[in-house]
Amino acid sequence: MDQVLSYYPGCSLHGTASEYDASTRAVCELLGIRLEELEDWNCCGASSAHAVDHELSVLLPARNIALAAKADKDLFIPCAACYGRSKVAQAAMTEDAGLRAKFGEAVGMEYRDGVAIRSMLDLLADPDVLQRIRAGVKRPLRGLKVACYYGCLLVRPPKITGAADYEAPETMDRVVEALGGTAVPWSYKTDCCGGGLVLGRPDVVGRLIDRLMTRAVEAGAAALVTACPMCQGNLDTRQKDAAQALGRDYQLPIFYISELIGLAMGHPKPEAWWKKHLVDPRPLLGTI
Amino acid sequence: MEQIASAGGSASPPTAVTPDPSFLRQVEKAGGATISPCFQCVKCSSGCPLTFVMDLLPNQVIRCVQVGLKEEVLRSDTIWLCASCETCTTRCPNGVDIAHLMDTLRQIALRENVTPSQPGIVATHAAFLAEIRARGRVHEMFLVARHKLRTRNWTRDVALGWEMFRRGKLKLLPKGVKGRKWLKERVPRVN
Ligand code: SF4
Ligand code: SF4
Repeated sequence: MDQVLSYYPGCSLHGTASEYDASTRAVCELLGIRLEELEDWNCCGASSAHAVDHELSVLLPARNIALAAKADKDLFIPCAACYGRSKVAQAAMTEDAGLRAKFGEAVGMEYRDGVAIRSMLDLLADPDVLQRIRAGVKRPLRGLKVACYYGCLLVRPPKITGAADYEAPETMDRVVEALGGTAVPWSYKTDCCGGGLVLGRPDVVGRLIDRLMTRAVEAGAAALVTACPMCQGNLDTRQKDAAQALGRDYQLPIFYISELIGLAMGHPKPEAWWKKHLVDPRPLLGTI
Repeated sequence: MEQIASAGGSASPPTAVTPDPSFLRQVEKAGGATISPCFQCVKCSSGCPLTFVMDLLPNQVIRCVQVGLKEEVLRSDTIWLCASCETCTTRCPNGVDIAHLMDTLRQIALRENVTPSQPGIVATHAAFLAEIRARGRVHEMFLVARHKLRTRNWTRDVALGWEMFRRGKLKLLPKGVKGRKWLKERVPRVN
């Protein structure tokens, strides 16, 4: 693992998911990994560009990849959606000379590649990183029972992500155990939360969220853990409406995995992260 | 709540059609996945998390494209309600990239100005691309405002928006990308 990585936060981490950005930076610092934010990065197109214009959905992330190639370091993308779109674009640019030519024409930059794109899961799957996390635990999360929720784009489609365990991933589960917490087994780790549909059809998204929440509760979880700003935002901000609409009473904090690592490794100011959550995790954390 | 029963009900395709390959050719030309290997095993639809609101099941979309039921497909809810979760593509035993096919169908529907069955979802895409055109990045508060202008739904999520603002989740000032001139020319407007 390189100790210096190019860092692509993406729009969510600069906005509603600022606690994911802050906790990711904090954890990397604790682990001795230096992050250099990619200069002048643009939006990856997320869940919309690919629905409207295939070529554009490749050109947008390709510009970021070209910027990272200039910086000549691995590119770390903690947002699951940005990661997925960037990996798809990278594969398309490699395969299709036509797209590479288009890139030069449209963007006015030379396309270069040779960049390894890493997700949060890629980072945490590194045995050396896991070892450093384990060794750095100051405040074990004993008694904290969580369901690790991976969602779609960190693992699917496996021909793009390279994930071997795409139906039942374990990377975050292992991290939670290393932090002294308990990751409950459950079957909905990679089911979709409907993130991209939330503005257009919040009612439909409510049904998807409800399924995840009720299953997590049944599995004995007191919280969920994610590595995706769309999943976290969706579950955190929409569970109240879903519970109301469907007559339930769950209320589970939704953590970013980086927040739990930072907390257990003794980061001095996790309070700033908790304040951004709609379901306040402090009462639960007070019990462990 | 687990009543996923209504799946694939409301817009069942006609039972007798004269096959017309022109739509299949159009879809393939537009880059939409090779779908002829599909043998209708229905694995894609079995694992699809959105079937409970779809009018055509994903495997039915494939069949409709194959036999040329263009109107039925382009007017369906399914092409817009598909959440691009990639479960179908991951599991298809014949390597059919169904999620990619859904993208291609949306693109054709937009290009041909088919009135979308799910205007709220199309408005999300329109608002999103408008944000990218304007600054090269998406500012969530502006995104929601643009969505509201398009859907004229002023009341939805107002309390939630306030709650998010109160917790410092919404920033006030958007930041633009320096290298964004190309976006003005390249990012399409969605009606
Ligand atoms: S899983 Fe593949 S082969 Fe089976 S019905 Fe769906 S597209 Fe056809
Ligand atoms: S990508 Fe779309 S069609 Fe395929 S399983 Fe997911 S929601 Fe269903």
